[in-house]
Amino acid sequence: MGLEIVTESSSQKASVVAECLRSWNPQAIAKVIEFRNETTIVVPPNLFRAVAERCRADAQLQFNLLTDATCVDRFPVEPRFELNYHLVSIPRRDRVRLQVELNSQDPVVDSLVSVWPGANWLEREIFDLFGIHFTGHPDLRRILLPDDWEGYPLRKDFPVEGYRDVPTSGELFKKSSML
Amino acid sequence: MTTADTVTGTAKTMVLNMGPQHPSTHGVLRILLELDGETVVKAVPDLGYLHTGIEKSCEDKTYSQAITLTDRMDYLNPLGNNLVYCMAVEKLLGLEVPKRAQYIRVLMVELQRISSHLVWLGTHAIDLGAMSVFLYCFREREEILKIFEMFSGQRMMTSYIRIGGVALEPPAGWRPAVRKFLEMMPSRVDEYEALLTENPIWIRRTKNIGYISPEDAIALSMTGPTLRAAGVAYDNRKVFPYSSYEEFDFDVPTRTESDCYARYMVRVAEMRESLKIVRQAMQKISDEGPIKAEAPGIIPPDREKMKTEMEALIYHFKIFTEGFSPPPGEAFVAVESPRGELGCFVASDGSPKPLRVHFRAPSYINLQALPKLVEGQLIADVIACIGTIDIVLGEVDR
Repeated sequence: MGLEIVTESSSQKASVVAECLRSWNPQAIAKVIEFRNETTIVVPPNLFRAVAERCRADAQLQFNLLTDATCVDRFPVEPRFELNYHLVSIPRRDRVRLQVELNSQDPVVDSLVSVWPGANWLEREIFDLFGIHFTGHPDLRRILLPDDWEGYPLRKDFPVEGYRDVPTSGELFKKSSML
Repeated sequence: MTTADTVTGTAKTMVLNMGPQHPSTHGVLRILLELDGETVVKAVPDLGYLHTGIEKSCEDKTYSQAITLTDRMDYLNPLGNNLVYCMAVEKLLGLEVPKRAQYIRVLMVELQRISSHLVWLGTHAIDLGAMSVFLYCFREREEILKIFEMFSGQRMMTSYIRIGGVALEPPAGWRPAVRKFLEMMPSRVDEYEALLTENPIWIRRTKNIGYISPEDAIALSMTGPTLRAAGVAYDNRKVFPYSSYEEFDFDVPTRTESDCYARYMVRVAEMRESLKIVRQAMQKISDEGPIKAEAPGIIPPDREKMKTEMEALIYHFKIFTEGFSPPPGEAFVAVESPRGELGCFVASDGSPKPLRVHFRAPSYINLQALPKLVEGQLIADVIACIGTIDIVLGEVDR
């Protein structure tokens, strides 16, 4: 089809990444998902930084560019949060997605700023909008929202229009107890 | 940034607030600059003044409705935003776009790239004091906007690229209009180069300013002309071709100096390459053929069919009341926007509204390297550096 053009078949490439990681550490991969020619490698949270480091440094993988990082909130399903890091290998012309699942009780994961410095603002954005904490992040502050904002707007339990109160006693907008 | 030292006046440095209302920040970017005399010691960008929650709004719209929101992110590249979002949804659906529609998309996106680079060149030049270039650039941009208006009825927020194809058949007389532009444009690019490329003031303002090594650029996830000016030939159109780019003959301009001047040279060269692509796309687009994929229930039926066929009417009604539901899954698509790798991540849970839409905004991520570019430079060069990163705040803040 016109949308995906890769020189080798994608499943071959997927097996390269998965096998390479498995031969390094059999526990490194929880699951491999193949959907629409995209490879997603689900990694257990405790091994996340080690796997990322391996992806970047391994001579067979060479994922030198972290292109994107984002989060999906699957509320009310548990594990609720799903972090997706999209990696590109410029020399090998390959892409892969690293995924890690987090519970709503304890949404904390290792920061990848030490692996790819470019993860800095991407993780700050996730922290800002989803409230995921990254251990080892050098500068974990809100980035898009004001510092005194309460709540995490991209979570599914945050209403699309925000918390908006009916004007009472002459006040146009009164701060909600939840805000 | 206010330390005890700066308050008591014993420190040598001072903190200067630049923006958010500053014409050279190209929008509402705020930067806190710590200065030692005229030298920048530290730069801390502060964002979010234009945050409109586009990603959250997308979750409350059907897949087709969200297209209009994408126009408004990177307002110098609305067609590119349409394209990446539509391609991500098409990937989720497993939908194939007809060749003719793919070529029309390429034509539009490349014209958009030229117009975006024109705005960049004009505003960057005006920041550095070259007033006339701005007027010339906007003169040519106007011609491109007229072509967009011809195709879609809109000059900027076109929403012309739709899921499964494009919105409308190319209008009568589009070929002469595009041909006229193609005949005029190369000499106009020569004009800009005549004004700037060997201009001693321009060279002194841009050469050896804002250097970043290729290793640092990759580590900081920079993409686009900024990375290519550092000698890394990473262009999605070549590396991961989409929308039939593999059938087009064009080069990826690169430089190795990695300074503001190199970024300028790369972008000017890219305009010429885009003209080459537009010319080829014009030849490839046939006069007859489908502009939308054949997918009942996802692509709205033709007006004629809708009035004569029962099924078409039902599909039309369902598409515009409820929308369509892609299978559960996730898709990430990246295209080459004028600013770098523009990515779109769409997650579906099988309902008619997206579970999550995320844009990998190249301006946002390239801006991250700004402190690296300006620290140790003179304060006047901060403006040159912001200019050559080519940020669009609508996209940075989303």
